[in-house]
Amino acid sequence: MVHYFIGNLGHLFVIVAFVASLLATISYIRGVQDDSMKQFGSILFYVHTGAVIGIVVTLFLIINQHYFEYHYAWSHTSKFLPIYYQVSSFWNGQEGSFLLWMFWTAILGVVLIRTNKEWRAPVMIFVSLTQVFLTSMIMGVVFLDLKLGSSPFLLLRDVIRDPVFAMNPEFVPEDGNGLNPLLQNYWMVIHPPTLFLGFASTVVPFAYCLGGLWTGNFKEWIRPALPWAQFSALVLGVGILMGAYWAYETLNFGGYWNWDPVENAIYVPWLTLVAAIHTMIAYKKNESALKASILMVIATFVLILYSTFLTRSGILGETSVHSFTDLGLQGQLLLYLFAFLILSIVLCVKIWKRIPATEEETSMYSREFWIFMGATVLCLMAFQVIVPTSIPVYNDVASWFGIELNLAPPVDQVAYYTKYQMWFSIFIALLSGTGQFFWWKKMDRSAFVNEIKSPLLITMVLSTIIFLIAKVYEPFYLILLVCSVYSIVANGKILLGLKRTNLKLAGGSVTHIGIAMMLIGILFSSGYSKIISKNNTGLLWSNELPDEVNQDNLLLFLNEPRQMGDYSLTYRGLRKKTREHGFVDIDYLVNTNHPLKVQVIDPFISIEGDSIARGDTLNLINGENSYFEVVYQKADGKVFTLFPRVQQNKKMGTVYSPDINRTSTADLYTHVRVYPDPEQELTWSKTDTVELQMGQTFFVNDYAAQFTGIEPMKSIAGFDIAPGDLAVKAFLEIQGEFETYRAEPIYLIQNRMAGRIPDVINDIASKFTILSINPTTNTFSFALNTTQKDWIIMEAVEKPWINILWIGTFLMVFGFVIAIMRRYSEFMKMRDKGVE
Amino acid sequence: MKKSHILGIVVIAVAISVIVSTAGDASNYVSFGEAKSLSDSGADKKIHVVGTLKKDQAGEIVGIETSPDQMAFKFMMVDENNFSQKVIFAEPMPTDFTKSEQVVVVGAYNGDIFVADKILLKCPSKYQEEEIKA
Repeated sequence: MVHYFIGNLGHLFVIVAFVASLLATISYIRGVQDDSMKQFGSILFYVHTGAVIGIVVTLFLIINQHYFEYHYAWSHTSKFLPIYYQVSSFWNGQEGSFLLWMFWTAILGVVLIRTNKEWRAPVMIFVSLTQVFLTSMIMGVVFLDLKLGSSPFLLLRDVIRDPVFAMNPEFVPEDGNGLNPLLQNYWMVIHPPTLFLGFASTVVPFAYCLGGLWTGNFKEWIRPALPWAQFSALVLGVGILMGAYWAYETLNFGGYWNWDPVENAIYVPWLTLVAAIHTMIAYKKNESALKASILMVIATFVLILYSTFLTRSGILGETSVHSFTDLGLQGQLLLYLFAFLILSIVLCVKIWKRIPATEEETSMYSREFWIFMGATVLCLMAFQVIVPTSIPVYNDVASWFGIELNLAPPVDQVAYYTKYQMWFSIFIALLSGTGQFFWWKKMDRSAFVNEIKSPLLITMVLSTIIFLIAKVYEPFYLILLVCSVYSIVANGKILLGLKRTNLKLAGGSVTHIGIAMMLIGILFSSGYSKIISKNNTGLLWSNELPDEVNQDNLLLFLNEPRQMGDYSLTYRGLRKKTREHGFVDIDYLVNTNHPLKVQVIDPFISIEGDSIARGDTLNLINGENSYFEVVYQKADGKVFTLFPRVQQNKKMGTVYSPDINRTSTADLYTHVRVYPDPEQELTWSKTDTVELQMGQTFFVNDYAAQFTGIEPMKSIAGFDIAPGDLAVKAFLEIQGEFETYRAEPIYLIQNRMAGRIPDVINDIASKFTILSINPTTNTFSFALNTTQKDWIIMEAVEKPWINILWIGTFLMVFGFVIAIMRRYSEFMKMRDKGVE
Repeated sequence: MKKSHILGIVVIAVAISVIVSTAGDASNYVSFGEAKSLSDSGADKKIHVVGTLKKDQAGEIVGIETSPDQMAFKFMMVDENNFSQKVIFAEPMPTDFTKSEQVVVVGAYNGDIFVADKILLKCPSKYQEEEIKA
């Protein structure tokens, strides 16, 4: 049965949300002068927020109740999806992620209404206006032949043309397509909401800025906007880093940052936002910082819209792995981008002449000078990234003029971007270390020399120690290392000074120390990341390959140890992860009709030491996931086991994920590149016949084996044994590397016809069949067939000191929080005095 | 000259060098024919070629050879001008390789064979919805 009501309700909420945000925008425009209109605008915005929450709840119910007649539920979820992944299916689809963005903006709007008095109307004009555009993205109405937005409440039959609907329009599929396996990760439950909160929050400083320009308060907007800009930079930064960590843990490209266009598109506005925060702080004394702040805050928001356009218009096409599919929103996204760009330009032009210019030359010993330098470097970093990331856009624009550009992104993205960003980072480290000295005191040349002497000395000593221990011989890396250490030492000195005066002011130093530590962490974990599975035999398969081609992978056959660097590696086979007993050998289990339940076909002893009997049912955490058990043994006897993962998903195909052995000094990152296709039929060797007496030993596939006994059978599953029939089971024991396997082939005589049920032992890649029973010689004839042993090809990478990166991240977050608290309390104090 | 002017000039210089270097480091989408003539004229720039795997009349993929240790493989690729080219890749064959609808190879010619540094696959199921399974 098709549930029409809930979809109609959802659609109604969308239309209410759209109309309410449009009317709220208009009311707030009037509300700048008119208090009652301002009140009315706020009521409309509350209605809008209610409707947005309504959309979220309705869509969630459709997913949660498995209404697969709806395209969104069918396309992104399935019956057996746990509730937390039902939540994350929201951002699997483009419509749902717009919804998430809208939801956050609505919440932020409510917070702004409640915390502002004078600023309420001018700020809310722009917040409401973004909601008009965002809501229109999920409207799904056709207006004068123009499709406006893509609704998440479309019925499946309206999206997919399938003959089944012609026969039965009320047809509801049994199950959905399921969630993208890459999103089935706990980070994917929290990373997108964080990132979208960051996205959404960039509108707040932007709205203060434009609101200030609108009302002529072109200086005053900075104070209330600053804590919000810091909040936005913090959340966006955390969102980006969570994404990096997710990529590190889940994707098999082997790192946390790949300079993928989607990553770049969000990194760029973050850089300009950080630059904006710096110029906003500098503004207090310098008018040209005001102009810079206006430009930076506007640029940040416009770049957020641009990155939305890049990732959602389909323009990135094959240049990115994780851009959204094209929903035909390209025109609407461009409209969104240009509407705000033009609006900003108009407002700036109107006000620009009224902003006083600073005639006085900025001194080298002023903090403004250093802040400007820092902001400039940040902007150049952003510029360097956005220019190549936009290559697909150049192709598109050129094609409008009939020119075929055919530009492709740089071949080695990581090397290309790193080359530039590393140089810029050196300046960032230098400036963030030095700039702080000008922060708190008036400086001149002699005071500065005095101040910087001891940090320089300490830096030299520390850098030398690190240089000697870690052997940083590459000159560029060494420069980056020294500059980062300097930044930590210099900011550390400031921090110690503040400890005696006021720790509330420590935000800047703590953040800068965090950033410098992140730089060191990146330097070591990426610059000195070492592929330890390198094939160093020097033998290449084909002379058609150039000599410099590296082979970074290692082939492991089941249970055959291989030496790799300091480790001896053994692949122990494929495992399933059960709720009851952790990882269980896949050979002990057989699938049932339920995708999350498996039955035990071979009794085994669990890790906890429990005996698991044949016929028991175990529950899987995820039916699609299998794990490769890889045992690492060091020469000193230390052993650990990693379980890199493969997921077989009917929609996404085969997806591999790494497993990581973490120690305080380095991560050992292991991922499987390829393993035998489970759908492929096994090819068996030519039959080898052996005639054996009971107790006799023999070899199969180089393993020692013994024919240990027989047993007459009373019943066999799937066969009726009548009186006069004969059924015998033979027992064969094979000595494997780690365990003794038991093969039990069956021989059956029914109506004078011989039936043979062979037994296959996967781990030793052998098949056993009873060919005949020879009463005269008292022997059994067995057919032995072998096949290729199970194998994996894997890569192992060592990433030294990656924990410094994560510690730096935490410090950065902590520093931001201190800074936000300080600036926000300033804003509150001033507001309560009536000077907003 | 004021310091801000010097800074301005430096910024502009860096910006221009970024644009110039982007133009220089950007790769191109070309056909195998163009790639070959580029390589014959001595350019060692890596390029992108878009195409599909070569299939026989029955629709079976032809021309895949895997090294005995599975660490490398060769295949035949047909570009948009219907030109078939042998490509070699020093990595294990990606699991869904034969199911791919479109292949992008990034690399350069080495003699008569195209050596891929990177292979991007576009699998049909990944981006489009399949038919409904009742």
